[in-house]
Amino acid sequence: MEHTSLLERILRGAALTLVVIFFMFPIVWIFMMSFQTNETILRIPPQLIFEPTLANYTALITGKLMTAAGTLDIAFMRNLWNSVFLSVTSVAVSLLLGVPAAYAFARHKFRGSEDIAFTLLSFKFAPALLVLLPLTLYFQKLGLANTYIGLIWVYQLICLPLILWIVRGYFEDIPADIEYAYRIGGHSWFATFRKIALPLAGPGIAAAGLLAFIFAWNNFVFALVLASADKQPVTVGALAFITSSGIQYGQISAAIVLSITPTLALALYAQRYLVEGLSLGAVKG
Amino acid sequence: MTAVVSQRLKPSGFRISKRVLPYVLSLPALLVCIGILIPFLTSVVYSFQRYRLSQPWARQFNWGDNYISFFTDPKFWNTLKISLLYAGTTVVLELLLGLAIALLLQKRSTLNNFISIMLLMPLMTAPALAALMWKLMTNPGFGVLSYLASLIGLQDFRWASSPSTALFTVVLVDIWVYTPFIMILLLAGLRSLPTQPFEAAALDGVPRSFVFFRITLPMLTPYILTATLFRLLDSIQQFDIIYAMTQGGPGDTLTVFQVEAYLNFFQSTNVGRSAALMIILWAITYFLSNIFIKNWLRLRERARGQA
Repeated sequence: MEHTSLLERILRGAALTLVVIFFMFPIVWIFMMSFQTNETILRIPPQLIFEPTLANYTALITGKLMTAAGTLDIAFMRNLWNSVFLSVTSVAVSLLLGVPAAYAFARHKFRGSEDIAFTLLSFKFAPALLVLLPLTLYFQKLGLANTYIGLIWVYQLICLPLILWIVRGYFEDIPADIEYAYRIGGHSWFATFRKIALPLAGPGIAAAGLLAFIFAWNNFVFALVLASADKQPVTVGALAFITSSGIQYGQISAAIVLSITPTLALALYAQRYLVEGLSLGAVKG
Repeated sequence: MTAVVSQRLKPSGFRISKRVLPYVLSLPALLVCIGILIPFLTSVVYSFQRYRLSQPWARQFNWGDNYISFFTDPKFWNTLKISLLYAGTTVVLELLLGLAIALLLQKRSTLNNFISIMLLMPLMTAPALAALMWKLMTNPGFGVLSYLASLIGLQDFRWASSPSTALFTVVLVDIWVYTPFIMILLLAGLRSLPTQPFEAAALDGVPRSFVFFRITLPMLTPYILTATLFRLLDSIQQFDIIYAMTQGGPGDTLTVFQVEAYLNFFQSTNVGRSAALMIILWAITYFLSNIFIKNWLRLRERARGQA
């Protein structure tokens, strides 16, 4: 934009380097730890050069963890599967419920529509435990305690507001005239929705779905309160890992790497939409 | 659900469906969430009761007692203080740091775009898992950060396990996770600003500090407000990082609202107190979210206008 002196360019470069180191170092370090044995991890000073081993990952995949006291059976793969299943199903249900509702809010200004839309939005901002703590007592009575169905239901609190508000924005961007022209041609509203609105809002719907998946995957408190060990996702499962004594640090690191890789990969894939999604459609990327 | 609805509405034609349709389309989503409103009301009721899970027989309404006792309860004031301190510190530091990084990356270049994408990775890491990562790095036995601290003369720096540095440590993790959120919103804001005022200022040789404080900052204000309020709403409710890192400890150093309510419910089984705490937190977030939504809507209108 304007002339920059050499000194300023050096300072900028140094500042950016520090920023990158601060934000990337933990991920790189944990990644490196996951390929080390306990002996190399415990060495002081910490080593940058070591002989990488896959033992931590094989231990996690087979579910047999070596500890100081002998082998321990920990079904981390089960946690990983729970995370996949809970996130995918929650997002699918959310899309099924949220996309038609988003369409209704975008296309029809009906009585109370804004109130309903804002009520749904407000769930995103209320403290989770306000609802979760009484819900544990209800779930026990209803037989929903520690079930996938119960968890997927409360996960809608994360996914639905997100999908509703992002997708609504995409529907609003489609000129109503296009749909009207198609309707004039004698097609039903459903055909219009399916053939015109859905394809045009397609990228937005996909982006909202991906974001909802990331948020569902990263959620911690819902499953901590409502699920026991066999239904817990990785976020809660990994915590149990670190508190049970004697587990090798490399194995904890490997568990963390396996747990964060899916969301990081998806985020890189969907980064074009992240700004818009994170601000619930208020800022365009 | 939609398939069933459409079959029923198709033959009945244009006019009836037009009135009923939007309700039919939005009702399922609403019904799923209405189920959530019931526990919310239950929380309100609980907060007016003396209710301990360990003494179910002694359960009775005590009306405002849970709230009144807060006034003389040092633990409550500690919770309020820590929550506000945590939210205030994290949001201010993240705002300053996020703004600085956004300004550094403002110019569109391959390197800057690449860095801004890389910086998203902490934000996409589950906060609970991020806390575990930092816990491993600050382990007194082998943690790399403990080692680095000892290099600069902090021989016995105990991070999250010492009451004097526990807050610092969780704030650091929060900054690591959430600064990219503010950064990416402000970066998008900076890059969407009109270029004419800056060109005119450059032409007139206006000093850069003047450009920053009188042009950039005022024009960026809506973005700053939205990002800050968004973070404030989140940060005052922080649970994941603190619980995963220290479970509110050591002692009651980090018993912010949600952590304190969780411990009250599951450890001391004091449902009434726990519910009252959540209602107070809800009141704070409700107040904040009303301000937030106004700003957010204004920004959203602007974004729609650009499209």
